[in-house]
Formats: sequence, C-alpha cells, structure tokens
Amino acid sequence: MADDKSKAALYWSTNLRLILGSLVVWAFVSYGCGILFRPLLSGITVGGTDLGFWFAQQGSILTFIGIIFFYAWRMNKLDAEMGLEE
Amino acid sequence: MDQFYINLLFVGASFALYFGIAIWARAGSTKEFYVAGGGVHPVANGMATAADWMSAASFISMAGLIAAGGYANSTFLMGWTGGYVLLAMLLAPYLRKFGKFTVPDFIGDRFYSKPARLVAVACLIVASTTYVIGQMAGAGIAFSRFLEVDKDTGLVIASVVVFFYAVLGGMKGITYTQVAQYCVLIVAYTIPAIFISMELTGNPIPALGLFGDHTASGMPLLAKLDQVVQELGFAAYTADVPNKLNMVLFTLTLMIGTAGLPHVIIRFFTVPKVADARWSAGWALIFIALLYLTAPAVASMARMNLIDTVYPNGTDAPSIQIDERPEWMKTWEETKLITIEDKNNDGRIQFYNDKADMSDKGWEGNELTYNRDILVLANPEIAQLPGWVIGLIAAGGLAAALSTAAGLLLAISSAVSHDLIKNSINPDISEKGELMAARASMTVAIVVATYLGMNPPGFAAQVVALAFGIAAASIFPVLMMGIFSKRVNNKGAIAGMLAGLITTLVYIFMYKGWFFIPGTANLPDTVDNWILGISPLSFGAIGAIINFTVAFVVSNATEEPPVEIQELVESVRYPKGAGSAVDH
Repeated sequence: MADDKSKAALYWSTNLRLILGSLVVWAFVSYGCGILFRPLLSGITVGGTDLGFWFAQQGSILTFIGIIFFYAWRMNKLDAEMGLEE
Repeated sequence: MDQFYINLLFVGASFALYFGIAIWARAGSTKEFYVAGGGVHPVANGMATAADWMSAASFISMAGLIAAGGYANSTFLMGWTGGYVLLAMLLAPYLRKFGKFTVPDFIGDRFYSKPARLVAVACLIVASTTYVIGQMAGAGIAFSRFLEVDKDTGLVIASVVVFFYAVLGGMKGITYTQVAQYCVLIVAYTIPAIFISMELTGNPIPALGLFGDHTASGMPLLAKLDQVVQELGFAAYTADVPNKLNMVLFTLTLMIGTAGLPHVIIRFFTVPKVADARWSAGWALIFIALLYLTAPAVASMARMNLIDTVYPNGTDAPSIQIDERPEWMKTWEETKLITIEDKNNDGRIQFYNDKADMSDKGWEGNELTYNRDILVLANPEIAQLPGWVIGLIAAGGLAAALSTAAGLLLAISSAVSHDLIKNSINPDISEKGELMAARASMTVAIVVATYLGMNPPGFAAQVVALAFGIAAASIFPVLMMGIFSKRVNNKGAIAGMLAGLITTLVYIFMYKGWFFIPGTANLPDTVDNWILGISPLSFGAIGAIINFTVAFVVSNATEEPPVEIQELVESVRYPKGAGSAVDH
C-alpha cells in the first residue's frame, strides 16, 4: 500500500513537471514570440514580414499541436510504465 | 444550371446525409443521449470536436476579422487554438476519468454542494444561450442568401433539421452528424482558398501562399498588401500593436474561455479511455488547424482581391466605374451587406480610409462599405470561381452553424434534465423518465433558441464578451482547482466562482451597458477609458485570477474538504479504473 502511495505521488509529480514544461513552451511561442518579443524578432524576415507575425498566425498553432501530441505520448507511456493504464 | 438549383442541390444533399445519420444513430439510453455511449473513437471525436467548436464565427466571420485587423486580430487565431493545449493537459483526461455526464456534475460532486452545481448550471446556460443565438441567426442568414428564402423561414428550416437529429439521437446523433459536418465544412472552406491562393501566389497551399510571392507584382504577398493598404490610408496589415498588455489578456481570455466552454468539454466524455481523451484533444486541434491555418491566408488574399477589384490598374490609376462593377457586388448590395454611394459624383468607386485626407485626388469620402462577413461568403464570386464552389460554401456555412448549435443545445438540455431535474428537483426519476426529460428539454431549448434567433436580444452580439468571459472567469478556474487542489473546499469554490463572475460582468456592463441595455453604460467603450487599457473583452483572464485568489483565501480560512472528497480528487488524477461513464 505504501508502495502504491509513493508510486502515485511520483506519477503525479512527473505529470505536474511535464505540464509545467509544456506550458512554458505554450506561453513562449504565443505570448512570447507572437506578441511580446515581436519587436526583438523583427530582424528575421519570413515571406515579406517578420518572424513574430509568422508565430502569431501559424507558428504558435503548429507548436500547440506538437505540445499536445508530445504530452499525450509521454503520459500514455507513463501510465503503462507505472501500471496505471486502463 | 441556375445558381439557386446548384445551391439547393449541395445543401439538400448534405441535409439528406444528416437525416440518414440521425436515423441510424438513435439514442436508446441516457448514457447514449448524454455521452454517445462513451465509445467514440478518439479520431472521430477529434473531428466532431472540431465541428462542434468551429461555429459560424470561425467559418464566416474570422477571416473577415483578420482581413480587417491584420496582425492585431491574430489574437483569435492563437486564442481559439491555444485553449486545446489547456484542455488536453489540465481538464479533459481527469474529467473523463471522473466519468459522469455534465460539467456541473463534476462541480457539484467535487465541491459537495448543490449551490455550486446551480451556479455552474447558471453560468453554463448564459454562456451557451448567448452562443447558440448567433449560430441560429447565422444559419438563417446563410439560408436567406443562398436559398432565397426569408431569414426567419431559413431559421425555422435550420431548427427542424437540428431538432430531428438532436432530439432523436442526443449526443450519439450529434457526434456522427458532426463528423459529417466537419468533412463538409472543411472541404467547403479549403477549395475556394486553394483556387484563390493559386491565382494570387501560384501556391496551391493557402498557408504557404500567405508567406509566398504575389505573382502579379513579384513582391512578397504581405509586403504588397502592406503597400496597397497604406496607399489607401489604412494601417499596414502587419503593423505591430502598441497595447501589448491588452493583446496578451485578450488572447488569454480566449484560451481559457475555450477550455472552459461546456459544449467543448463534454465532447471528451464520449471517448472510451483517459488515454483517448488526451489523443483526442490533439486530433481535434489538427482538424481545427486545417481551417485556422487557412483562414489568415483567406483573410489577406480576400483583402487583396477586393482592392484589386476596385483598383484594377493599381491604386494610383483611376478606380472602377460604378456601371462596370462586377455582378457579385450587385448581388450583395441587394442584401445590404455592401453599400456603394458615389459621394463625389465621378461615376467611379473610391475605396479608402476616410480618416486619411485624399481631397487632392478629388475624393470626398469612402464610397464602398461592406460587412466583414461577406469576405468568406463572396470569396468564390470575387475570385470568379465556378457556381458549384458557391453551392459548397452554402453547405459548409450551414454545417458550421448547425454543428455548433447542436453541441450547445445538448450542453444546455443535459444541464436542465440531468443537473436540474435528476440531481436537484426529482432524484427518483427513472432512467426512462430522465431520457424523456432530456428529449423534452432539448425540444424546449431548440424552440427558445429559434425564437431568440428571430428576435435577437441585445446580448446576442456579445458572444465573445459573455460566453468567453464567463467560461474564463468562472468555469475554467473552478474545474482546474477541483482537479489540481485537494484543499479548495465548497465555500472557496462558490466564493471564487461568484467573485470571478461578478467582477467580469460588472467590468463588461460598465462599458457595454448594464445587461447590454443601450444608454446604461457608465463609461464610453473606448481605449482611453479602459482601466490600464484593458478592454472589457479581455477581462475574463483577470476574472479568472480573481476567482483563483478568492477561492484559495476562503478555502484556507475554512475547514478542509472531507476525506472522501480528497479521495475523489486522488481518483480523477490516475487513469486506472476509469471504466465508462457511470449511470447514477
């Protein structure tokens, strides 16, 4: 039982770390590159405009897809490793 | 063949498909009615979620919004997709594990409180009703434009179609019609976009064409667009936004609002397992992205096409003569969505930003005004595409409006039959009785939505403020705290929800009028009057922060939740033993 408890705690803390890391990337591409850091990225041109514009209209969406699939893959693997899958 | 018959053929064929699915997917139990039996494949659910999510606003209005605002309106693109990251990591898997039927179900059980459940039901009904009116009205407009019927008649036809599959099939019928509707709407959106991208940039993929070169001038498309809009006195298309705080908060409000909208959340109750809920969020975003990556391309290209139509020989040369204006302008003038007024009586159309002084050119004001929504609807005509593409757009616009309407109506009716009737008023109701109650509430919801679609109240135009504001400030935080904190108790949750909700509504009402009644606003709704430059539409994110803060402070000052509630929180965190949605 004690073993189950520590396993569950490890599972949850791993999940929280993964969520935190993913949220950092999520915020970086949208609020960071797409909005706040756009003036800093204005030197990098992409198709007639700058990298910040690309992140705001395409780059952030593509990254969001990547984040979700990465998270789903990691968590589903973690479920299996810890014997917590359905 | 006459355009009317082509439209009729496309719309009729898509409706026949929905009816066929409705008959095939009848619901026999409450579990089928509320969560489609809990056996929907994650990819199919992803597709259904995409159709559920992408409303008439995404299909018809979003490209027009971006065309008008350029970079500044990228907020909608990021905001309406970034919420799925939050759903996938913070809500969907755990709520799926919880395994009941509605969003207030979780709030009521987790916070062991009937008032908490009722506050959640109220938030859900206000947010979803505001949202559904726009869908019904959108369907009415699409019908009246493409099938030449009166707007109200169009609305009634749309209601009858939704009634048929939503009442008969519940979530099961809605799920599989949404899958079909997704296919119709994405094909309808993409095909004209491909043609237009080919014409303007030579690239068949609109998302790449957006950053490609404009064939006619050899310049990059966005650089060319920046140039012509500035020549006409508008701000550059890619111009940066000075008020970054407001842009960040607005995007955040849209993101957490998306994650907190009940009609989106309940879609994740229909998949078999927790792991499927995670995958399904990813699939949903892929299907959504197919449209959301195309929309900004459609936006810039439609704006370019419109300017090219008015100034066929460039913005320096004389503009088009009114007598020689294209046929589609005349068609849309009849609907009053385009108006032309020859202010300087030169027989030509001048289209420019009124605020810029162009009197040296003999221009006496902008002579062409258009409703932003027509950019997508008239796009095939502007780009001179064949008639069947227009028929496709008609079917696609209706698919987008109807699929979202059905999802919202289900969220409303299940909150009424399950949370109000079964769990609050009459807990002894039988399974069969609850199924009947669910069908009856669905019927009432459709009738009310139809009536409100015909006679839209003042708040109907405030979908972004009301639906996203409420979802962001009340529903999202309380769900997240219910999963990630064992310490937040019933008192904290109720105080937090009310604090977030009330501050957000007060801030909105201050600028938009109390209960949106004209003339009752305390301050003009302009940027100089907004506190720290925060628009009422962006306040949901602040409301969420207030909700979290109040809930933690109140919870820490009062007793811990009972042991069984802490065990409930533990159980939703681990996938093992999720099983299927349970009857209770």
